[in-house]
Amino acid sequence: MATTTEIPVTLNKDEILRYSRHLIMPEVGMEGQQKLKAARVLCIGTGGLGSPLALYLTAAGVGTLGLVDFDVVDYTNLQRQIIHSTADVGRKKLDSAVDSLKAINPFVNLRTFDTKLSSANALELFREFDIIADGTDNFPTRYLVNDACVLTGKPNVYGSIFRFEGQASVFATKEGPCYRCLYPEPPPPGLVPSCAEGGVLGILPGLVGVMQATEVIKLILGVGEPLIGRLLLVDALGMKFRELKLRKNPDCPACGTHPTVTRLIDYNEFCGIRGEEKPVGNGVPEIEVEDLKRRLDAKDDLFVLDVREPHEYQICNLGGYLIPLNDLPRRVNELDSSREIVVHCKMGGRSAKAVAFLQQSGFRKVSNLAGGITAWADRVDPRVPKY
Amino acid sequence: MSKIHIPTPLRQYVGKQAAVEVTGATVAEAMNALVAQHPDLRKHLYTDDGKLRAFVNLYVNDEDIRYLDKEATALQKGDNISIVPSIAGGQA
Repeated sequence: MATTTEIPVTLNKDEILRYSRHLIMPEVGMEGQQKLKAARVLCIGTGGLGSPLALYLTAAGVGTLGLVDFDVVDYTNLQRQIIHSTADVGRKKLDSAVDSLKAINPFVNLRTFDTKLSSANALELFREFDIIADGTDNFPTRYLVNDACVLTGKPNVYGSIFRFEGQASVFATKEGPCYRCLYPEPPPPGLVPSCAEGGVLGILPGLVGVMQATEVIKLILGVGEPLIGRLLLVDALGMKFRELKLRKNPDCPACGTHPTVTRLIDYNEFCGIRGEEKPVGNGVPEIEVEDLKRRLDAKDDLFVLDVREPHEYQICNLGGYLIPLNDLPRRVNELDSSREIVVHCKMGGRSAKAVAFLQQSGFRKVSNLAGGITAWADRVDPRVPKY
Repeated sequence: MSKIHIPTPLRQYVGKQAAVEVTGATVAEAMNALVAQHPDLRKHLYTDDGKLRAFVNLYVNDEDIRYLDKEATALQKGDNISIVPSIAGGQA
């Protein structure tokens, strides 16, 4: 799929030299490089996937690159979001990204959108670009991007990651499937952990993001075989690549023969999220970190149970007895139900599940440390590292 | 025997294995064998009334079972079943 502009685009002498390694390949040549320069690509997100996407599309000479991000660079981003550097921590991601991209290639026209993509702005925004590259990190936006791409007729170059596995495809072309053909419904919130809870191998968005950039370039040039109707699965640990066939679903609510998605909807509602996400508290008894501190200092007879993983215990701990959550059913007899037990994890989610389990197993004096060791580091002892 | 590929988010429910060998003449039989061996997996794959969850897709080799015979799809020896859930990284 080539770009739609009719105006011939020219390359100056500097650009010809800059892109010489493209120009001397028959698959690109002057004509291809001009197509790249005429192309308008929108990158949603300048984080893990957005970093390599934006960097490589800029290097390749895509003429207009739109960037959508409302977020601020966080220290923990630097492990994988390579468009940002240490000096950028605290800056808006857009500003940081623009600096990196301008330094690589001043010929690219960068258009920044400091906003959260929403049903109110997506259609208008997408109409100004030819190809959309989705580098977002949550399900509501994935569905929003997909639906907006189908409604505006723009291809959606998709990539997603989790820990050390990734997926890549090209959705929403006229003949091909869209994201909803594959996944008509999102998972309920909380069922799939995020990078902050599950972790992610820093290189993984690099691997997948460059695949996305590759697909964008192939679509612009009209060369090779794009991932239309194909889901590429990457297992970085095994370095195995598998491919599954994706079919356009004739009953798809977005792109089928009788679509029911004719406008953008409330995607947070669609994904079952209402209001702010709070740390999971499932009604189990809780204790605040200040109270725990006070009682430990008073030498109360409390048993502290830590349900995190051994590698987390090595980062920091409260001297608790370690039984990882998944091992708890098997090792519950190591605990004395006559004692008062305070259970903690990193943020309070896993420990809440542990408390519920212990209550079901007949433990009566058990409570959850609200906010976990993170809250302890924030409010009781700042020497305890956060991770 | 068929091999069922377990996606990362679900490996914690199968003792961290990346793939599980099961017997079964159809996808339904193979999946039943899987959740019988690893009961914690059931609620992540199936609703309370036994339907495969909408955000999970099953493939036999490289074909989506929805375009084959769904869970009645027959299996040959050495077939690969892939469980492919939706993932979105970052902030779920």
